[in-house]
Amino acid sequence: MISRFANPARFTRFSATALPWCGWSAAGVLVVGLYFALVVAPPDYQQGETVRIMYIHVPAAWMALSIYLFVALASAVALVWRHPLAEIAAAAAAPIGAAFTVVCLATGSLWGRPMWGAWWVWDARLTSVLVLLFLYLGYIALVNAFDEPGRGARAGSVLALIGVVNLPIVKFSVDWWNTLHQPASVVRLGGPKIDVAMLVPLLVMAVGFSLMFVALTMLRMRTALNDRRALSMRLNRVPEPVFPAERERLAPVPPAMRRGA
Amino acid sequence: MTEAVGRYLAMGGYAAFVWPAYGVALAVLGGLAWQSWRRYRASSNTLEQLQREFRTRR
Repeated sequence: MISRFANPARFTRFSATALPWCGWSAAGVLVVGLYFALVVAPPDYQQGETVRIMYIHVPAAWMALSIYLFVALASAVALVWRHPLAEIAAAAAAPIGAAFTVVCLATGSLWGRPMWGAWWVWDARLTSVLVLLFLYLGYIALVNAFDEPGRGARAGSVLALIGVVNLPIVKFSVDWWNTLHQPASVVRLGGPKIDVAMLVPLLVMAVGFSLMFVALTMLRMRTALNDRRALSMRLNRVPEPVFPAERERLAPVPPAMRRGA
Repeated sequence: MTEAVGRYLAMGGYAAFVWPAYGVALAVLGGLAWQSWRRYRASSNTLEQLQREFRTRR
């Protein structure tokens, strides 16, 4: 299944159809989710209306973690099988993960101030999420530090894989250490410990964010493929795209201009 | 009517925290989507232009 879409030409064709569907359904689901979060969901009996911050904060945190896992898995595929599409996918997803991490930290801060009385505390959960943000930023900086696309991606892939150790730390920090942050109430053994009226908006927002992630990743991958094709055209001065499967679609190359001739 | 809207916007006295949280999310994620779309349009235009140039040169 993966190898079927792992061909850049096929990915370009597939994403041309899938991208608008994902993008528009993400927008639709998020509108519904916002309606649930801001209107339908009841205020919390202890936290009052501040609980509405949760519908952004918690799905954003889930996205921050799962996108990092995606970046790391794609990096592993890129390192082991040297697949160009895998490193393009990892590099395309990382800024989206960083954005969700920023949203998670900012909304958490805005929630912490009225509920804990502090914008920020150096608690295990908060600190490990800040480390996650720095891992994202380090990866993005490393990937873009080289002119040649492949070299930065390889260094970045190694960093992304090393950073995986941070994921269980983020997830279990609330169990391992005594933190101000509350423990998990949805993704936990024994099922969710949260009322349906709050669980539904949470899950709708999570689905909306996921669709948005898929759409933006495809969009950014297409951008990277365009850039690589343009670069190779400039370098070769012949329409020989980086990916052989594309060759037939473009004008045939005169034999005298072929590479190595 | 306006009173109900005002009460809703006040968010039980937490308006200063709830609305900025949604604002930040909209700004960051909307900004990312906008920037991604702009970059995509620019890269497609560049590639098309290169392909056109090549065809006329031949």
